[in-house]
Amino acid sequence: MAIEQQAATQAVPVARRRRLRGETAAEALVRLSGISVIIFVVLVFVFLAREGIPAFFEVEAGNLLGTRWYPTVGRYGLLPLITGSLLVTAGAVLISVPLGLAAAIYMHELAPAWLREILKPLIEILAGIPSVVLGFLGMIAVAPLLREHLNMPTGLSAFAGSVMLAYMALPTIISVSDDAIDAVPRSYRDASLALGANHWQTVCHAVVPAARSGIMVAVMLGIGRAIGETMAVLMVTGNAARMPDGLSALFQPVRTMTATIAAEMGEVANGSVHYHVLFAIGIVLFLITFLVNLLASVLMLRRGTRRDQLLE
Amino acid sequence: MSREMKQKLAFALLTAAAVVVVVPVLLVAGYIIWRGAGAISLEFLLSAPRHGLREGGIFPAAIGTVILTLGTAIVALPLGVGAAIYLSEYARDDLLTRLIRMAIINLAGIPSVVYGLFGLGLFVLFLRCGTSILAGSLTLGLLTLPVVISTAEEAIRAVPQSFRVVSVSLGGTKWQTIRHLVLPNALPGIITGVILGLERAAGETAPILFTVAAVYLPRLPRSIFDQTMALPYHLFVISTQVPGMPMTLQFGTALVLLAFVLSLNAAATIIRSHFRRRRSW
Amino acid sequence: MVTGAMPPTSAQPPSEGTCDAMTTTAVPSKIRVEKVSFAYSNAEALRAVSLDVYPHEVTVLFGPARSGKTTLLRLLNRLTDLLEGTRRSGHIYLDGQDIFAPDVDVAELRRRVGMVFAMPIPLPMSIRANLTYGLQLKGIRDRALLEARVESALRAAALWDEVKDRLEDPASSLSGGQQQRLCLARILALEPEVILLDNPTSGLDPISTSKVEASLHELRQRYTIIAVPHSVQQAARIADRAAFMLGGEIIEVGTAREIFTRPRDPRTRDYVEGRFG
Repeated sequence: MAIEQQAATQAVPVARRRRLRGETAAEALVRLSGISVIIFVVLVFVFLAREGIPAFFEVEAGNLLGTRWYPTVGRYGLLPLITGSLLVTAGAVLISVPLGLAAAIYMHELAPAWLREILKPLIEILAGIPSVVLGFLGMIAVAPLLREHLNMPTGLSAFAGSVMLAYMALPTIISVSDDAIDAVPRSYRDASLALGANHWQTVCHAVVPAARSGIMVAVMLGIGRAIGETMAVLMVTGNAARMPDGLSALFQPVRTMTATIAAEMGEVANGSVHYHVLFAIGIVLFLITFLVNLLASVLMLRRGTRRDQLLE
Repeated sequence: MSREMKQKLAFALLTAAAVVVVVPVLLVAGYIIWRGAGAISLEFLLSAPRHGLREGGIFPAAIGTVILTLGTAIVALPLGVGAAIYLSEYARDDLLTRLIRMAIINLAGIPSVVYGLFGLGLFVLFLRCGTSILAGSLTLGLLTLPVVISTAEEAIRAVPQSFRVVSVSLGGTKWQTIRHLVLPNALPGIITGVILGLERAAGETAPILFTVAAVYLPRLPRSIFDQTMALPYHLFVISTQVPGMPMTLQFGTALVLLAFVLSLNAAATIIRSHFRRRRSW
Repeated sequence: MVTGAMPPTSAQPPSEGTCDAMTTTAVPSKIRVEKVSFAYSNAEALRAVSLDVYPHEVTVLFGPARSGKTTLLRLLNRLTDLLEGTRRSGHIYLDGQDIFAPDVDVAELRRRVGMVFAMPIPLPMSIRANLTYGLQLKGIRDRALLEARVESALRAAALWDEVKDRLEDPASSLSGGQQQRLCLARILALEPEVILLDNPTSGLDPISTSKVEASLHELRQRYTIIAVPHSVQQAARIADRAAFMLGGEIIEVGTAREIFTRPRDPRTRDYVEGRFG
């Protein structure tokens, strides 16, 4: 077939041959753009690994798995950072999922059309506020509030971080939940109403359960968003790398993986142990978000949600 | 409690949730405008910071952010639109396509600070771009790529298939059809997507921390191999690293950054609704 | 049933004696369809179809829905190439040249064999740009030539007087009937040899329909026309030659008079007399 085509092109006029070559070049170019996305993901991993893997040889496992993060004295225990990230993320999810779901139900079921037209852009604005601006406000407005009302020493705490992250995750959670609710077949709703259930009972027992898997996607995406957030967390969590001790840890300063990289990378020598360990933290983050997003996309493909929601 | 009471209570809670979500947005915007407006002056916008950042303006940072935003567009636009064209016009349902789609989702999920590490490892150090506008733009461009691809693909797919068939039936080749018919009609949607991507890039701090941002560089950059100041990083520095920093300058910087980012958002919204109303299909 | 044709050995395919039922024509066929079978990825559409189409005639393909008319039409300028997973056998010759031969320039083929679709699909641009679109893709830049083609094409499609003062308006601002004539004009601007019309009056009111039908009678003097009509009545009004299709096969083909007044196959007779379909 290929040979036939080649033989054929010998006989065709120059103009057409040039056009054919243009066609092939154009297709090759756009295909390359497509493939480049795969290459970039591989590159991200390769360069994280290149700079981060040495850490696992330079620092012994016991040290890396330890509970003390004091790079100046060679203590590279990642546990306080990982638990810090998990704590802040858990707090953010606990706040944003119920809040986001409730807001989505409100917008979908109760809000009149004109109000929806106002709420949607506001939520879009929330999604657009740069993380550093939220962090700044968290520092100067939210933390003092917490200090006064919750009787905390500084207010800069895991909780403050969770609140910031919750608001940053809300737009994603609301948009995905809204679509999940939207996708519930009308017949479920009608059947419930026909059985004599009132509006709330219908929402509660027919609509939300049917949208459950979509809501799970929202939760996963919220987690992915929260665990990778950097600047706001860096600015409001107080940055103390210590192991959380019980529930009260939520109201104490904490330090996340992302904040550690952002705060310390500027001050380390390229190629030093500390530098390699910071990249190793990057690997851990990459893997966690990869798994969370993979799970979300598997859930999503199963229900055929719009792909672009992963990308918001 | 009767079921009607329950419903009333539940609906009240739902309404309260919506209020709790939305009111802080208004508060944030209002508070920043209220506290920041006083700082805004021509001098603030057009002069460089002085006296250890505690006086003067934000000019180099603002220009730096504009330059980085343009650089991001230059990186993300051709790659993103190219990939979107491939996915919507050429790709078959095969392994390669599935891999590309997975890669896009994966790329979208990578934390911004990890992009920063990657940019440091690949562009700054390995490719020896140094801490530079080039390295920063490439890093931000990759971060923006998933949004650009997905919105551009959606815009391209929205062009009716029948137009393509007509174009081909009039003797158009596949690429001519894409070039002269599909892309012009998808353009508003593509531009909207690119601007939304840039909106995110313009406000990002973590990816530029180690790839381009300078704490203090009162002159404008001279080439793409120069460092530059940038608004998000400047706000971070003056709100965390400079003791005794006047609050008005912090709020003024936050206000300018917020205004820049939200005006990109507004531009995208206007373009989208304008062309939606005008288009005939 | 058309008897199988011999494969043409030269650029001029043999034309006489192949379809003994027809009135003998001295003219060579413009298009020869030879034992063409075609299947979409999920369904068979054509089974060993053979047909000769003669220049300066209106040949009509008619029959019930899903009988393969549109598929056959789309094969004639290879629009079927756009679909994936199709299977095809047999040959189609345009002026004796196999249109599926590997060295055929498909774009050029489609300019020679133009298609007007069932629904008017104006491209989202001005009336003028709709007409020059195909010419510009072909590489014609000469303004004077483009202008001349625009005018002659619009005149031939009986649209010139209605739109000559508003050529820059969006094509979508035209009425449905005008849009369909614009689509016809768009093909004529390319100066094709064959025009394929796939149910071109389906969305039109009776007045627009009669305008389109009237223009066919004019056009036939310069072009070869193959049409899938809206109804048997329309088929009878416009056809010089007609082929009755059923279940992916051509049941009977002949002059319009033969087919519509004394069809030989009982299935054709039933359909023409309105007993089914």
